Amino acid sequence: MPNLKDLKNRISSVKSTRKITKAMQMVAAAKLRRAQDAAEQSRPYTERFNAVMGALAASVGDSDSAPKLLSGTGKDDVHLLIVMTSERGLCGGFNANIAKLAKAKATELLGKGKTLKILTVGKKGRDAIKRDFGDYFVGHVDLSEVKRLGYADAQGIAKDVLGRFDAGEFDVATIFYSKFVNVVSQIPTEQQIIPAAFDAPEGDSAEATTLYDYEPDEEAILADLLPRGVATQIFSALLENGASEQGARMSAMDNATRNAGEMIEKLTIQYNRSRQAVITNELIEIISGAEAL
Amino acid sequence: MAETMQFDLVSPERSLMSAQVKSVQIPGADGDMTAMPNHAPLITTLRPGVLKVETDKGTEEFVVTGGFAELAEGLSVLAERAVPKADVDQAAYEAMVDEAHAAYKQTKETSKNEPGPVDDAAKLLADMVAVGTHIGLSPKQPSL
Repeated sequence: MPNLKDLKNRISSVKSTRKITKAMQMVAAAKLRRAQDAAEQSRPYTERFNAVMGALAASVGDSDSAPKLLSGTGKDDVHLLIVMTSERGLCGGFNANIAKLAKAKATELLGKGKTLKILTVGKKGRDAIKRDFGDYFVGHVDLSEVKRLGYADAQGIAKDVLGRFDAGEFDVATIFYSKFVNVVSQIPTEQQIIPAAFDAPEGDSAEATTLYDYEPDEEAILADLLPRGVATQIFSALLENGASEQGARMSAMDNATRNAGEMIEKLTIQYNRSRQAVITNELIEIISGAEAL
Repeated sequence: MAETMQFDLVSPERSLMSAQVKSVQIPGADGDMTAMPNHAPLITTLRPGVLKVETDKGTEEFVVTGGFAELAEGLSVLAERAVPKADVDQAAYEAMVDEAHAAYKQTKETSKNEPGPVDDAAKLLADMVAVGTHIGLSPKQPSL
């Protein structure tokens, strides 16, 4: 049986852990609100953008002159996986879930005999994938210095990716991130960004059939917009990821705080029991000593 | 009351304006144009410039660095970056010009034998410089 002093030390150490996890939970909650705001602010842009792109893509269609970003290179041999995770840990299964999805996809692609390239965003995912697929890494984007995600960060990543695409380094690019549903639920998601896949305009036939004038011409606009589309999708993925991370951390820390509370209760009971045992023991000793006299 | 249309100005980071407006002057890639209610449906790309919004309550101006505009029932401008004109001071403006300048230099290095992208970048830079005159700041001349 552990002695009283050990128990006391453990209780106090669990108590301070609880203080830390509680504080982290509150910080995550505050950050979550900000991240969620940012994600919501960007939504109108993304929605309008996709609507316009959908219409444009439909009108240019499968013509031979369609830009490669839209129609693809005609092959799908080399796949680039862009795995977005967080820079910090202690956020429950957040990073592990994204990594798991990416790994499953990687295994599947390798099984089909495709060539694989992996670009990681965020340190934690890199660590998680390194063991199995470290040989396929082609780059890493470090966002640990970034306090507040801006569009410029997404543009930087997009530029990197587009540069590689222009150099013919890959045929298909897919991003992996976590979609924010609510605090307790984040869905790891994969989304193909090159060749661009836009959701068809939703049954709104009136809008879909609007005949636009284009200035300059359709193809010039499309050529200008597609790279922006990549940046936009990366940006919205980054924001979703940011919100998901904070949400995951918040619930993970909430659980940790609760567990610490339970542990303290258990330890306190154990502590009291052993204290009583010690007292009883002492009493027995005194009494039997007195009787012996 | 003059006819109005719905106008939305959004950037990836936030939505800057959403209101009923009388007309909007857009810095289109092929030249400025003014969009008024019942304009024919149009999609155009933007060059860096000043977006002038005319509402019942007065005029508002934004500096945009690029993006595109979709004109259908109403007008949506999706700007890469949009800042209310009042918020653009000399330092912010110079930062934008420097950025365009850096992009120009990089393009010049990476695609030496293709005039296309270099010309585009040069035009972007020139437009960016011109923005300075439009908003009443002393234009910064980059060394080319």
